[in-house]
Amino acid sequence: MAATSDSLAAAAPHAEEWRPARGRTGMACLIGMECFFFGTFIVAFLFYVGKDTTGPTGKTCLSIGPVVVWSICLISSSFTVVAAVKALAKARKAAFEFWLGLTLLLGGAFIYGTVMEWRGLMLEHELFISTNLFGSTYYSLVGFHAFHVVLGLTVLGLLWTLSKFGHLGPEDTERVELVSWYWHFVDVVWIFVFTSVYLIGTGILS
Amino acid sequence: MRRGSAVRGDAGSKREVRFSLRSAGSRCGSLALAWAIPGFAAAAPPIAPDSLSEICDPSTGLPMPAIPTMFDPASPPAADIEALTWLLFGICAAIFVVVQGALVHAIIKYRARRRDEAAGDEPRQVYGSNPVELAWTVIPVVIVFVLTLASVRLIRDIERTSPPEGALKVVVIGHQWWWEYRYPDLGIVTANELVVPAERPVWLELHSADVNHSWWVPQLAGKMDCIPGHPNTLWFEADRPGVYLGQCAEYCGNQHANMLLRVEARAVDGPLGFDAWVANQQSPPVDDDSTTPGRDVFLALACQSCHDIAGVSEGAFGPNLTHLMSRATLGAGVAPLDRDSLRQWVDDPQTLKPGCNMPSLKLDTNQLDAVVDYLASLR
Amino acid sequence: MSTLTTRPAEVGAAVGGEPLATRLHRWAVTVDHKRLGIMYVLSGLVFFLVGGIEASIMRAQLARPANDLVSPEVFNQLFTMHGTTMVFLVGMPILLGMGNYLVPLMIGARDMAFPRLNAFGFWLFLFGGLLLYFSYIGAQGLYGTAVAPDVGWFAYAPLTDRTFSRGNSTDYWILGIMVSGFGSIATGLNLVVTILSMRCRGMTLMRMPLLAWMMLIVGLLVLAALGPLTAAQVMLLFDRNLGAHFFDPQEGGSAVLWQHFFWFFGHPEVYILVLPAFGFVSEIIPTFSRKVIFGYPLMVAATVAIGFISLSVWAHHMFAVGMGPALNAFFSAMTFMIAVPTGIKIFNWIGTMWGGRIRFASPMLFATGFVAMFVIGGLTGIMLAMVPFDWQVSDSYFVVGHFHYVLFGGTVFAIFGALHYWYPKAVGRMLDETVAKWSFWLLFAGFNLTFFPMHISGMLGMPRRIYTFQPDRGLELWNVLSSSGVVLQAAGVILIVWNLLRSARKGAVAGNDPWDAWTLEWATTSPPPEHNFDVAPTVGSRRPLWDLKHPEDPDGRYE
Repeated sequence: MAATSDSLAAAAPHAEEWRPARGRTGMACLIGMECFFFGTFIVAFLFYVGKDTTGPTGKTCLSIGPVVVWSICLISSSFTVVAAVKALAKARKAAFEFWLGLTLLLGGAFIYGTVMEWRGLMLEHELFISTNLFGSTYYSLVGFHAFHVVLGLTVLGLLWTLSKFGHLGPEDTERVELVSWYWHFVDVVWIFVFTSVYLIGTGILS
Repeated sequence: MRRGSAVRGDAGSKREVRFSLRSAGSRCGSLALAWAIPGFAAAAPPIAPDSLSEICDPSTGLPMPAIPTMFDPASPPAADIEALTWLLFGICAAIFVVVQGALVHAIIKYRARRRDEAAGDEPRQVYGSNPVELAWTVIPVVIVFVLTLASVRLIRDIERTSPPEGALKVVVIGHQWWWEYRYPDLGIVTANELVVPAERPVWLELHSADVNHSWWVPQLAGKMDCIPGHPNTLWFEADRPGVYLGQCAEYCGNQHANMLLRVEARAVDGPLGFDAWVANQQSPPVDDDSTTPGRDVFLALACQSCHDIAGVSEGAFGPNLTHLMSRATLGAGVAPLDRDSLRQWVDDPQTLKPGCNMPSLKLDTNQLDAVVDYLASLR
Repeated sequence: MSTLTTRPAEVGAAVGGEPLATRLHRWAVTVDHKRLGIMYVLSGLVFFLVGGIEASIMRAQLARPANDLVSPEVFNQLFTMHGTTMVFLVGMPILLGMGNYLVPLMIGARDMAFPRLNAFGFWLFLFGGLLLYFSYIGAQGLYGTAVAPDVGWFAYAPLTDRTFSRGNSTDYWILGIMVSGFGSIATGLNLVVTILSMRCRGMTLMRMPLLAWMMLIVGLLVLAALGPLTAAQVMLLFDRNLGAHFFDPQEGGSAVLWQHFFWFFGHPEVYILVLPAFGFVSEIIPTFSRKVIFGYPLMVAATVAIGFISLSVWAHHMFAVGMGPALNAFFSAMTFMIAVPTGIKIFNWIGTMWGGRIRFASPMLFATGFVAMFVIGGLTGIMLAMVPFDWQVSDSYFVVGHFHYVLFGGTVFAIFGALHYWYPKAVGRMLDETVAKWSFWLLFAGFNLTFFPMHISGMLGMPRRIYTFQPDRGLELWNVLSSSGVVLQAAGVILIVWNLLRSARKGAVAGNDPWDAWTLEWATTSPPPEHNFDVAPTVGSRRPLWDLKHPEDPDGRYE
C-alpha cells in the first residue's frame, strides 16, 4: 500500500484544534506526582503521631507562634508572585522585579524561620532525626518541604536575575507563570504540612 | 525422613459427610485440572484427598499424611477453605472453558483461507454491539458480586477476633530461623514443635523477635504473618490426632527454607497423650550425676548465654533446651533428632544448616561428647 | 518542515561511511524519540537476558530437593535481582521505550513533548540499572555480608534494617531503583503531555489508537505510583543511614507501613506493566483479523476504570498480614471489581477476532498466546482475591505461577508480539517468519511447562523464595517439570535474539506498510525520518489508513 502522509494531509480538511499547552500540562503532571510524594510523608507523619517510645514530641517541643508568622509570609508570597506575573504580562519591568523580589524575601523569611526552628529543636530539645519517630517523620516531612521551597527560590531568583539583565519580557509570561504554579503548589503543600505537624502533631487538633 | 508402614486412614467417609460441598466440587476441580494439563494428568501424583495415603510418624506413632496439603484438611478453617477451593476451581474452570473455547473457536473458524487471500477484500467491519457488550459487562459483575459475598462471609466465619471457648492459648514467636512456643496458662516454653490436644481449639498469638515470618500449616489453617510490633492471632482445632507439617511462608533471610513447622495433635490421655506431655514439660530438667561434666562444659562456654534450661541457664536467644529430647527434630526440622545428628549439630551447626545463627564453638572431642551426653539426657 | 526532506535511505548511506565513534556519539547525544525508544528496548532486552540467566540458575537449583548447586546466600540474591531486574529494568523500560517510539508516530506528532527530558529519563534508567548491578562489585561493606541485594524485590521491613541487612547491598537496591524511578517519572510525564498536547489535526482523544490510550493511563499511573515508592525508599534510606526509625519496630516504627507504601506503588505497577501489553494486543489483533477493534469506547472506558481501581487494590498482597476482617473484605471486593474491566478487554479482543479473516503471522501468534495465557493469570488472580483461599496460597508457588502468567505469559508475550509487529517499522526489514514461529512455539511450550506446575506445587505447600525444598512433601515431580521447561524457553529466547540481530542486515526489505495496517505509523517510511512525517498528517477517523485505502467507505461515519 502506498499511503503517504501527503495524501493524509488532504484526507480531511480541519482547522487547527485546541490542545493543552505542553508546559502547562507538564507542570500539572509534575505537581500531581509531587502530591503523591508529599502525601506519603504526611501519611507517615500522621500514622506515627503519639506512637513514640521516647524523647521529645510535637506536643513538648513545637511552639506554634513563630510558625504562624513564617507561614503567613509563605502564603502571602503566593499573592505577590501572582502580581509579578501580571506585571510581566503588561511589560512593567520594574513592577515585575519589585513583586518578584518581595516574593523572594517572603520565601527567604520562611526558610529563615525553618532554620531557626531546627536550630532550637537540635540545641535546646536535642531532637535529631535518629532520636525517635517524631524526629524521623518531622525532619523528613518539613525538610522535604523546605527543600522544595529552596528549589522554588532558586528558580525565582534566576528569573529575577534574568529580568535584571534584560533577558525576560512579556513573551516569557507563560514560562514565568508555570514557575508560579510550582510556587503555589509549594504553598498549598505547606497548608497540609502545617495542619499535620503543628495542629494535629501538637495536639491542638486531635 | 524414615517412613513407618503405611496405615490407611479410615476417617475418610466421615469427613465426606461433613463437607458435602467438597465431593461435588471435587469432581469439577479434577476435571478442570485434567482438562488443563492432559499430558500430566496421568502421571500426576494424586492430590485429591480421598486417595491420600497416611503414614506413621516414627517418633510419636501418630498418623501423618504422605503429602501434608490444604486438600487434606484436619481443622475447621482449613476444611472451610478446602470446600471453597473446589467451588472456586469449579467457577474458574467454567469461565476458563467458555473463554478459551470462544478463543479457540475464533482461531479455527475465522482463520484466513487461501481463497480469502485471493479475494482480497476485507471481512465485514463490526464496530461493536451494545447488547453484547452490556452482556459481557453485566455477567462478570454478577459473578464477582457473588464471589465477593462468599469471600466476605468466609472471612467472617474464619477470622475470629476472640479465642474460641475452651481454647488452649499458645504464644508463637518467630525467630531467624526457628520457632518459639510459649504456653502461658501451663508455664511451658518449648521450641520448633507445637504439641496440642486434638479436638480442642487452639488460639495462637503470633509474634516475631526479629523480621517477618509466617506461620503456615496447610492442614490446620491458612497462613498468618508473624510481624514484629504487630501481634496477630490464628486459631485451629485438629479434628483427629496426627502430625501436621508446614513451614515459614514469609521470606525471612538466609535460612528461610529451613524454618519448618511441625504440629503434633495428640489425644488427651495415654502415655503419649497431651496430658502426659504437659506433665513432662512442667517437670524440672533431668539432673543426673553422670552428665555433670557435660553440664559444666555447657555452663562454662557460650552455650548458656543463648539457651535456657530451667534452673540451669537463662539464655534467651536460642531455643529452650529444658526437655530437648522430647522433640523429634533438630534445628527447626533440618534433621531428625538423634544422638548422631545432635553431636554433629553441637560440633558445627553450619554443616547441617549453613548460615544459622549458632556458631561452632570448636569443642574438643571430650567436651563435645560430654555436652552431647548431657543434652541427650534432657528428656 | 519542508527543509527536512532527507530520506532515511540516504541518511543510512551517509551514516554507514562514518567512523564507529561518530555513530556511537550520535546515539549517545540523541534526543530523537525513536532512537531513545530503540535504546530503551535494547537495554531492556540485555537486562532480560541477565534476569533470565538468574531465573535459570534458580530453576537448576530447585530441580531436585536438597540440591546444593548454589548457596542460600547466592539463591537469595538471585531471586531478589531477578524480580527487581524484570520489573524495573526489563518491563518498565521496554514498555515505556516502546511507548516512546510508537506514541508520537501513532498520534502524528513530530517528537515527544520534551525531547531532552526524554533523553534524561533514558540515561537515568540505564544508570540506575547499572548502579543496581554494580552492587556485585561494590557492595561488600563488611566481611560475610551480601554482595548483592538479598531482601526480595519488595524488600519487606525490618529485614532491610541495618541489623538484619548489613553491608551496603540494600542501599544499592534503594538507590538503583530510585534513580531509574526518576527516569520512569520523566518518561511517564513525557508520555502524558505528548498524548494530551501533541496530537495532530483531527486526532481527538476518542480517535486515538488504543495503545495511545493505554499509554496515557500508564503515564498517569507512573506519576501516581512512583512518588510513594520514592518517598518510602527515602525513608528506608534515612533508616539505614541516618538512624531514623520509620520501619524500625524496636522504636515503635511499623513494619506493616512499609508494606502499605510499597504495594501502593506495587499494584499500580502491575497495571503499568500490563496496560501497554493490552495496548500492543489491541493494535495487533485488529490488523491480523482484518477487522476494526470491537467496542472501542468500552475498551477506553475499561482502561480508565482499571487506572482508577488499580489505585485501591494494593492491600490484596497483604491478606496474611492481619489487617482485620473489614480491610480484608474491602480489598477483596475491590480486587474482584477490577476483574470486570479486565474481562471486558478479553471479550472485546475475542469479539474482534470473531468474524474476521485471521492471518497467523508471528505478531498475531504472540498476541493470541497473550490472550490465552492472560486468561489463566486473570482467573488465578480472581482465586487469589478470595481472601480465605489466599490465606492458604499467598506467598506460595501458586502466587509465583499466577504472576508469571500475568507478567510473562501476558506482558512478555505481548512485548515479543509488539517487537515482531513493529520491528519492520523501526529497522526497515522483516524478521524471518519461520524462525519467529519456532521461537513462539518453543516459548509457549516452555512457558507452560515451567509455570503451570507451580500452581500445583504451591497448593501442595511450597512457599516461594526457598532455596531448597523438603523431599517428603510430594513436590519433586512439579519442580522437575518447572525446571525442564527452562530449556525450551531459553531456546525460544535465543532464537528471538538471533532473529532480531540477523534480520537487521539480512531481512527482506519491509516497505512502509508490510502488514497492511491502519494506524498512522504505517503511513511514513520504514524506518521513519527523524521528523517522522514529511507533512503533518490530518486524520478523520480512528483508522486513517483505512480511510485512505477505502475512500468509498471511510470509517468516520460509524464511530
